Amino acid sequence: MKFKVNNEKVFASTGGRPFDKSKPLIIFVHGSGLTHMCWVLQTRYFAFHGYSVLAIDLPGHGLSEGKSLKSIEDMAEWINDVIMAVGFNEASLVGHSQGCLVTVECASRYPEKIKTLSLIGGAGAIPMNPELLALAEKGDSKAVNLMMDWAHGPSGHFGGHPVPGLYHLNTGAMLIHSKKIQDTLGVDFRACDNYKNGFEAAKNLSLPTVNILANQDRMCPLNEGKKLADSIQGCELHVIDNCGHMMLLEEADKTLKVLRKFITTNYPSK
Amino acid sequence: MDPKTYKFDTLSLHAGYQPNKNAGSRQVPIYQTTSYLFDDVDHAAALFNLERGGHIYSRISNPTVAVLEERVAALEGGTAALATSSGMSAIFLTVMTLCEAGDHLVVSSQLYGGTVNLFRLTLPKFGIKCTFVKPRDTQGFKEAIQKNTKGIFGELVGNPGNELMNMPEIAKIAHEAGIPLIVDSTYQTPYLCKPFEHGADIVVHSLTKWMAGHGSSMAGVLVEGGNFNWLQNDKFPTMTKPYEGYHGLSFAEEFGPTAFTMKARAEGMRDFGPCLSPQNAWNVMQGIETLSVRMQKHCSNAEKMVKFLSNHDSVAWVSHASVPDHPDHALAKKLLPNGVGSMIAFGIKGGKEAGEAFINNVKLASHLANVGDTRTLVIHPASATHSQMDEATLKFAGLSHDMIRLSVGIEDIEDIKNDFEIGFRAAKKPKLVASQ
Repeated sequence: MKFKVNNEKVFASTGGRPFDKSKPLIIFVHGSGLTHMCWVLQTRYFAFHGYSVLAIDLPGHGLSEGKSLKSIEDMAEWINDVIMAVGFNEASLVGHSQGCLVTVECASRYPEKIKTLSLIGGAGAIPMNPELLALAEKGDSKAVNLMMDWAHGPSGHFGGHPVPGLYHLNTGAMLIHSKKIQDTLGVDFRACDNYKNGFEAAKNLSLPTVNILANQDRMCPLNEGKKLADSIQGCELHVIDNCGHMMLLEEADKTLKVLRKFITTNYPSK
Repeated sequence: MDPKTYKFDTLSLHAGYQPNKNAGSRQVPIYQTTSYLFDDVDHAAALFNLERGGHIYSRISNPTVAVLEERVAALEGGTAALATSSGMSAIFLTVMTLCEAGDHLVVSSQLYGGTVNLFRLTLPKFGIKCTFVKPRDTQGFKEAIQKNTKGIFGELVGNPGNELMNMPEIAKIAHEAGIPLIVDSTYQTPYLCKPFEHGADIVVHSLTKWMAGHGSSMAGVLVEGGNFNWLQNDKFPTMTKPYEGYHGLSFAEEFGPTAFTMKARAEGMRDFGPCLSPQNAWNVMQGIETLSVRMQKHCSNAEKMVKFLSNHDSVAWVSHASVPDHPDHALAKKLLPNGVGSMIAFGIKGGKEAGEAFINNVKLASHLANVGDTRTLVIHPASATHSQMDEATLKFAGLSHDMIRLSVGIEDIEDIKNDFEIGFRAAKKPKLVASQ
């Protein structure tokens, strides 16, 4: 659906069901350069099981208008703006990669609004490889190819996606190529590199939180994910074996299984 | 610092398959089953609602077929693929996913005869009309576009005349009009050309041909490039508007770069059902494993045959874009750097009668209605593959009565040449041979 935030049109997938204000809200926040489409194998389940779902396209990404936001802090504020714009007072947040930085920051700023936090490939900081950052800021497609390489585990490189016929390495790349690389991936990478408040924000959290990690993740190494989990009071930790950073695509069912149990337990639909 | 994603030859062998998820089986298992157990009612509902990936019924998808689909998508550089029972069903499914009654397509005139008949005779019965344009008439494609045009369709190298369409320029024309370019790349395979790199949006193949290569199994596929924006205009309401069949789902909004394939499967395979058998999918994969080495041999043999035919006194003309004086030679060098392919059209001196004698007397080359076999194949299109066309359509499609279509195999080149000498000798004395 489309709605306005700060006078700019925003697109969010509602998971294939009409947006219903009477149901609890879950907001899914994508990673660097990506769009709402990376969540399709998680969002539709919740939309069909008693939740109102918004898999948002950040400004300048996917089908949303405007320019990409330049800092994680701005993105966190924008998520709060989204909650208000759709007429809710609270929400459950799910983030992937950069989306974890955004949702951790948002939850620390608005503890009264954010009811649960689900992190997928979540680290407290994402310092960028300087060469990768430079390529993305130049708009070089090699940045996308490197990202697809590093973001997928050894098994993921072979394919074998649960959706028949879908080759996820090329699908992920095409999501980024839907916009100018320097306008989305380049800006996002710089925002990640600049963000230093992750662990401080994490210390402030006292809401139910889960961090879903993968043992072959090269973008958010397992140790970094564990460090973040250790910083958050009572954070659950789940590790998916034989999987890389794109666990929401590479191991969509396993990711959904953890999310389903965590969210329905800690933020049940009425 | 370079990406370490797998390259073409490795993807040919491995893409789409993880042995550790299949009991460690090194070879792709053949899932010879119609249907799949649901864990519980919730799991069944999730699969039907497209909430989760997986298999319901082999008309819609099958694990063996899915490996083939991913493999072809990976090789083409596409986001997703959907395998079908034949190349023709892949084309039909593509058109029916794209168009509704009242729509129009712009189509290259030089196509496989079965495809011509689909566009010329059958699709009008569904209310879909087509305008044919000669493949070299790039401007003609632009001029043929109407308000209700939903796509441009063509073969990069036309069957059987070997005329090329200027794919990058025609892609620009299509995109300026807000419609996709669909390319039948059967003749090329992704080893010779990846149409998505030249602007195509959807690629179809008859996998029966070079991809499988062994003449054993029928199969087809449609592949999605993932770059076409269905939401840019209001031409594709079935892609962009809520679809009643899936609780108001908008394929374009929900699935983006894989929307076309998702719709083709969810609607097309559900309603038309041209599914590929797992056995045939497996057979095709055996061929794909050796695609690059076979294509190299096909192309090198073809270039040797072009020289042989060009210098032969029984041959009136030879058409193959590897020849410098072919009108499309420069375009072929640009789009087909790994080789022009193994299809040769040539005219035999003595016309139709000589052609028939040639085909009746070759022994090694097989006379049959197929191309892209590992074995050398010959046919006289005007009396076989394109025989359902009238004289005017034959002429418009660039066919002549002296034309022989040659699909060069990977046998020893000297054996192929020797066989052709037998055919040419017979063609010089058609009546004598016929009376023997």
